Amino acid sequence: MSNATKAEPNRRDILFLATGAAATVAAGAAVWPLIAQMNPDASTLALASTELDISAIPEGQIVTVKWRGKPVFVRHRTKQEIEAAQNVPLAELPDPQADSARVKKPEWLVVVGVCTHLGCIPTGHEGEFHGWFCPCHGSTYDTSGRIRSGPAPSNLEVPDYAFLSDTKIKIG
Amino acid sequence: MKSVVDSWKSIVMAAALAGAAGAALAEEGGAHSQPKPPRQEWSFAGAFGHYDNAQLRRGYKVYKEVCSSCHSISRLAFRNFAEKGGPEISEAEAKALAESYKIKDGPNDAGDYFERPGRLSDRVPPPFPNEQAARAALNGAYPPDMSVLAKARGYSRGFPLFLADALPGFSYQEHGVDYIVALLTGYVDAPQGVELAPGQYYNLYMPGRRTGMPPPLSDGAVTYDDGTPQTAAQYAKDVSAFLMWAAEPHLEERKSIGLKVVGFLIVLSFLVYFTKRKIWANVHH
Amino acid sequence: MTGHSTYTPKSGFARWLERRLPILGFIHESFVAYPVPKNLNYLWTFGAILSFMLVAQIVTGIVLAMHYTPETTLAFDSIEHIMRDVNWGWALRYAHANGASMFFLAVYIHIFRGMYYGSYKEPREVLWILGVVIFMLMMATGFLGYVLPWGQMSFWAATVITNLFTAIPYVGNSITTWLLGGYSVDNATLNRFFALHYLLPFVIVAIVGLHVWALHVTGQNNPTGVEVKDIEKETVPFTPYATLKDAVGLVVFVGLFAWLTFFVPNYTGHPDNYIEANPLVTPPHIVPEWYFLPFYAILRAIPNKLIGVIALFASILIVAALPWLDTSKVRSGVYRPAFKKFYWVFVFVAVGLGYLGAQPAEGVYLIAARILMAYYFLHFLVVLPLLGKYEQTLPEPRSIAASLGEAATPEEKPHA
Repeated sequence: MSNATKAEPNRRDILFLATGAAATVAAGAAVWPLIAQMNPDASTLALASTELDISAIPEGQIVTVKWRGKPVFVRHRTKQEIEAAQNVPLAELPDPQADSARVKKPEWLVVVGVCTHLGCIPTGHEGEFHGWFCPCHGSTYDTSGRIRSGPAPSNLEVPDYAFLSDTKIKIG
Repeated sequence: MKSVVDSWKSIVMAAALAGAAGAALAEEGGAHSQPKPPRQEWSFAGAFGHYDNAQLRRGYKVYKEVCSSCHSISRLAFRNFAEKGGPEISEAEAKALAESYKIKDGPNDAGDYFERPGRLSDRVPPPFPNEQAARAALNGAYPPDMSVLAKARGYSRGFPLFLADALPGFSYQEHGVDYIVALLTGYVDAPQGVELAPGQYYNLYMPGRRTGMPPPLSDGAVTYDDGTPQTAAQYAKDVSAFLMWAAEPHLEERKSIGLKVVGFLIVLSFLVYFTKRKIWANVHH
Repeated sequence: MTGHSTYTPKSGFARWLERRLPILGFIHESFVAYPVPKNLNYLWTFGAILSFMLVAQIVTGIVLAMHYTPETTLAFDSIEHIMRDVNWGWALRYAHANGASMFFLAVYIHIFRGMYYGSYKEPREVLWILGVVIFMLMMATGFLGYVLPWGQMSFWAATVITNLFTAIPYVGNSITTWLLGGYSVDNATLNRFFALHYLLPFVIVAIVGLHVWALHVTGQNNPTGVEVKDIEKETVPFTPYATLKDAVGLVVFVGLFAWLTFFVPNYTGHPDNYIEANPLVTPPHIVPEWYFLPFYAILRAIPNKLIGVIALFASILIVAALPWLDTSKVRSGVYRPAFKKFYWVFVFVAVGLGYLGAQPAEGVYLIAARILMAYYFLHFLVVLPLLGKYEQTLPEPRSIAASLGEAATPEEKPHA
């Protein structure tokens, strides 16, 4: 007798629990597409890589290409610029990173051209270190794109890229 | 209780009346309409439908070698060919396919427009740069873009069959592809007394039965390397399936998610129903 | 909604809030404690289903607006972009397009339920008229939305419907030009249609608020049409009783909605709307969406332009006059045997007009449409007023409790 009265509310509770859980799952599943639709769509993702012919870039020049809507600086560095970048003691850097860790070939520096402070585009060949100077809040970068002074917290980002051949790179 | 029975009797009577009236009207309307396209078997029909990858690949070949000289399919991107639920060629193959096309791009640094090999993100380039160019080249005709053609064509099966088209188990959504197959194979000699202008062809399924499109398919015109019969009828089916995919590239995903959604809702409906019964158990109603 | 609150806040925060903004009490009164006649059948779940559909349409619509471009050269492309490239884009668009059909299906069931059980009768006239206003706003919203994909049917629907206004004497052409923002349906039209399509659903939400308010003042009608006499015995609290019953109806309805969206998503659409709008070519058969077909049949049944347009609008507005056209003292159709027969004839006529609206306007179709249209108006203007006077009705039960075979309470309290 006592068993039966005990079992009854129990079965009830399980039913209510199962219904509540299933309804919650249904609501969650219905909400997911509404959120996921704001992620980059397939056509945007397909454009996520950019190819560039670098044979036409003379030494000392910086070429800007658009990658995912952002500028990427491809810099054909001169001997002095490479040396300047390689010979800095890491201890002097706010965000220590060796130049060799930032390039695949010493002559070619590829960085995302967005200041790590608040997203402005730095100007090339400017500033104390002849790398980049950000006009917004005065951050200066060296010829390896590393932060040297100013409010920016870190070095210019190096995107994923690969040399498809000696004259062609693929960014992304 | 009696009132409910009465209501149902009335509904059945009304439905019977509607059926009779509808049938009479349908017969009247049938005299001057087009023949109905014969219904084909499709792997992608029904709730469990999925595309036949090999058929889509063959269909693309037919499109490429026959249709593409006049018809664009410009909403289709090369990346789509490698996506799930399509022809499913490998990404490398899709890349090679893209590179086999020349894409107009520019302006470059010198301000010129130029051609370059296609990339995965490019869409299939059209045969003509614009409508005027197509009309100038094709005797005034403007072949429609084929990207959504399979959904942009159709016919009504009339009352009451059109009602069955929506029902689970009977659902028929392939009017568009069936129409395209019928059209492609629907060329016949014009009956006596029908004058065709030069460059016109007689087709049973074209509205008005006249078309500027020459019969596009003939046996053996396209080489298949998978042993499929190289007949005009087979080409028509394959290219129509390809056009269905081009128009509805997410069909497989849609149906497989749909099965899960409907299945889950059935379970949920039982749960909610029994919960409701438990709650109402102590109410006399 | 009226009277003193029976709500007692449980937590400290609820007590704090309740003294400043009694919103918890309001929700409790309206959606928890609100008494619902216990004999409601599943046709009464369509109010909740319609609320759900309104929210679903607004949510999917807002999300689609994030990807849609209301510009004539890009609108069609942006729809295909949604269908092909946007994450879940195909699901969202098919849900929105079929959601419109499901919304109208539900609203028609809701309206016909009200007609059968006499839900428009005293004291629910304002509730009924607000419902007709919502229905008309829905029609406007549905039409505006159908234009947005910028297919052939979109374009020619916009052309035909805006041209209805040219039937107005003297100022018709100026009004149409003003509506279009030009001399034909073009970019200005598409832009404003998008703006209005986005706006109107929120107006609907506001009117639905009034509709629910009016409902909560008079209380729900019920299958017997006899007002609640004993709240204790004849009603149940909205939550959990009505909420769960509504949930059952809703889940089944959503199942049907899911079937349409995932398996036959283009069933209610027209193939021509996958052809981009072309202002120089009209499709051979232009047909509105199915939910407009009965009214479209009425428009075409009349060979005079102005009278056709008047008949179209009259056929909708006449529904709002039902409380005064139906003269019967008996509310529910359950106790009106003659009314019941005419009711089902009327349903057949309405569905028949829908069928004829999809057929070419010629020959027998046209004749049939004229006969059915005549009957449509006759039902409202002659049948209902006369029935109320001459019909032999069945005896109504003394109370809801009595209809369920329960012993009547000795002192029957009037509904507060």
